[in-house]
Amino acid sequence: MTAELIGTYATVLFLLIGSGFVLVGVIGLLKFNDPMTRLHAPTKVGTIGIGMLLLASMIHSFVLGDTSIHELLIMGFLFVTAPISANFIAKVNIHLRACDTPPEPSLDDTWSTLKSPDGDDDVIETAQS
Amino acid sequence: MERAFNWLMPHPLLTFILAVVWVLLQNEVSAGMVVFGILLGIIIPWGTSIWWPDRPKGFRMGKMVIYSFIVMWDIVVANIQVAWIVLTVPNAKLKPTWIVVPLELRQPEAITVLAGTITLTPGTVSADLSDEGHSLLVHVLHTDDPDGVLDEIKTRYERRLMEIFS
Repeated sequence: MTAELIGTYATVLFLLIGSGFVLVGVIGLLKFNDPMTRLHAPTKVGTIGIGMLLLASMIHSFVLGDTSIHELLIMGFLFVTAPISANFIAKVNIHLRACDTPPEPSLDDTWSTLKSPDGDDDVIETAQS
Repeated sequence: MERAFNWLMPHPLLTFILAVVWVLLQNEVSAGMVVFGILLGIIIPWGTSIWWPDRPKGFRMGKMVIYSFIVMWDIVVANIQVAWIVLTVPNAKLKPTWIVVPLELRQPEAITVLAGTITLTPGTVSADLSDEGHSLLVHVLHTDDPDGVLDEIKTRYERRLMEIFS
């Protein structure tokens, strides 16, 4: 009985922490006024927020005796895929000049998103014909 | 012996990950599931090994585990810092900057892990690579000391990744 009680309280605690971080992420998304700073809000939700909610789900299933470990897999795939979408949004921002132009790279000529290949016009012509 | 091992498991790490994912998907840890997972982990890399021509040769598993714990701890700490910034710092006082990280890492896998780590740690987002892949562009949400952030990325993450992928 006590173990079940502790588990329930732990579930509630982690749910509260997780939803708190999701709330902060949403506030950040609404508050910031620049596309690049706004991008920082979802990375927070995607890590601690979702992590805590999944942890709560795991503890809950463990307490009820119906152990579930799928959450670990969700966490793993989320951590692998979240940076890719953030990277794509950042690239679109740079490409559309929606943010401050980034400084020149210290070791190479230019950033790969800003680079236009020499034969670019030919490529477009071939694609259209 | 080593050749037989290499032939059977061209990518030992992938074998391990596939076995673990299979067991987690089945949601039960039993001998049958583990054996079937290892079987899948041998067959899939074996069938797809021609699409992995330049896989990293050296990979230190133990250091990678330590590294992931450090990253998880950093995510927790940085999350609280960024939540504080979101709630207290007004937009006008926010100091977002770009920082350029010159890379010493050369393997694509290692650079991918570094970029992923930077994005997962709240407050920094890796935005772009230079055209030859020797510099990484990172956006910082709020900092008074861009060189300090750069120094932390270099010493805390990149140095460890150099040791892992060596």
